[in-house]
Amino acid sequence: MKNSSMWSKPFYYVIVFAVATISLYPIFLMFLSSFKTSAEIFKDPLGLPTKFTLDTYRTLMGKVPFDQYFMNSVIVSVTSVVLVVVFCSLAAYYIARFKFSWNNAIFFIFLLGMMIPIKLGIVPLFILMRDLGLINSLWSLIFMNIATGTPLTILILTGFFKTMPIELEEAARMDGAGNLRVLWSVLLPLMRPALGTVVIVNFISAWNDFFFPLIFITEKAKMTIPVGMLSLFGEHSADWGSLFAGLTLASLPMMILFFIASKQFMEGLTAGAVK
Amino acid sequence: MMTTVQTASKKKGRKIGKSWTIHLFPIPALIIYGLFVLYPILAALSYSFYSFNGFSRESFVGFDNFVTLFTTEPYGSMFINAFKHNVLYFGLQMVAMNGLAFILAFIIYKKVKGAEFFKIAFFLPRLLSVIVVGFLWKLILNPNFGTLNILLGRLGLEELQRAWLGDPNTALVSIILVNCWFGLGFGVLIFLAGFQSIPGELIEAARLDGAKGMTMLRKIYLPLMVPSIMIMTVLTFIQSFEAFELVYAMQGSMGEPYYSTDTLAVFFYRLAFGSSTSGSSDALGVGSALAAVLFFFILICTMIFLKFTNKKEVEM
Repeated sequence: MKNSSMWSKPFYYVIVFAVATISLYPIFLMFLSSFKTSAEIFKDPLGLPTKFTLDTYRTLMGKVPFDQYFMNSVIVSVTSVVLVVVFCSLAAYYIARFKFSWNNAIFFIFLLGMMIPIKLGIVPLFILMRDLGLINSLWSLIFMNIATGTPLTILILTGFFKTMPIELEEAARMDGAGNLRVLWSVLLPLMRPALGTVVIVNFISAWNDFFFPLIFITEKAKMTIPVGMLSLFGEHSADWGSLFAGLTLASLPMMILFFIASKQFMEGLTAGAVK
Repeated sequence: MMTTVQTASKKKGRKIGKSWTIHLFPIPALIIYGLFVLYPILAALSYSFYSFNGFSRESFVGFDNFVTLFTTEPYGSMFINAFKHNVLYFGLQMVAMNGLAFILAFIIYKKVKGAEFFKIAFFLPRLLSVIVVGFLWKLILNPNFGTLNILLGRLGLEELQRAWLGDPNTALVSIILVNCWFGLGFGVLIFLAGFQSIPGELIEAARLDGAKGMTMLRKIYLPLMVPSIMIMTVLTFIQSFEAFELVYAMQGSMGEPYYSTDTLAVFFYRLAFGSSTSGSSDALGVGSALAAVLFFFILICTMIFLKFTNKKEVEM
């Protein structure tokens, strides 16, 4: 073993450094280029900006209503996450804590959703949204985020509810607390790690969702950031400075959240797969 | 409905806290999930048996849409063309993404310094929206001003410079590799979790028996990593056969150039929502048939993968 580690350690470092560079460089390039004018990018694509300027961001704001996209993304993501967590906590509590004969069937039906390629249902979905009057409404996106986030959220929360000692609840019930009260003030405060995981998983997919807004949203005023990017690239494809600025702004919120809670992010996104 | 629910709850419900209101708890999740996931997928399957005029359903036509999909041009050859691309999507990701992720996870597992940094570095691209990934790489792969060609030029490798996304020979592979860039860190985390769940005593025991290097990998690590390998295989498979966003962002709904980057999901989108192939009135019926074929293909293959996993685990 000693022999092989002599040569293998430096070799290991070469590999991980090389791949880390490939992973990080494009993102670094995106940030860097967002501070360069288009002329500068074309003349010296790899160099540092000659002077620090936010002009590209100003141009971007003049071209597309980025603040509007941003607000729409925030509204959609936050509402979706809150509702999916509330609804799935209720459902998971029911599945995990009560022994009705149909509970396994309900659980199975929810889990089925993890294997359903929902994009293939887009035609009936489009007709449904049209009939509900939700085309060009942020609610179409919120409903889709809740519905597609439900299977994994229920899986994670049900698993967690099952690990909680039943005595906790029983004590509260002796004191006369009802189901909702037990769930809200006894169980949920103890479930912060699981709640953190499901909040992150659902937030990432809601924030980055592109497919459903592409189909359901055509009005500029209702676009979220990802579809807003599509119109930016469609209409202003020559001004690379502000394109990079747009990409950077689109990614920044998630990056900031990631650096605040990177551990939870990485655990959260792999939670469904490992379980 | 409510009465049966109540009697059942009297019989089987727990003594304390028993109240019919508990049955309201799963209702909101069931309604939204049922309406926006279960209903549309079942409706999509039924649509494949109907003819369409625009978005209105006309008459029951049996398997006509399926026959049209496979035997009428341009549908038939577009299907085969796109299917081949999906297969390549899967194969190349298995090798370039999952293979590399496995190696990187092993290296991190072997405790390199700065493991946390490397984990974060590999994972970072996964936080971007797929549309951002697509556009960012479209700029990087631009033939004239893109970073890749300029880097190749500076390294004196001019003969390697090309219009990566404009050339039918390199466009699809470029897109798949961009997808690998995006998904690599996720694979690393899954494999790392797999390595870390291997009991330390097992490795010690094998080592004391004199196992090392390749023997160690073949006899100890690989068999014990089967569950995580299968998870990544299934996830990569589903994602490969659903591939849409990246192709759409980088090459548009026609899978430019000349359908050389077309995938089944992009073909489906084209039938359902636009551009040349959807001009004919039966496009939505044919599109629904395509959705049904793809749905059952993904479902059956996933079942086979999962069955294989269970068997493997039993054997060990």
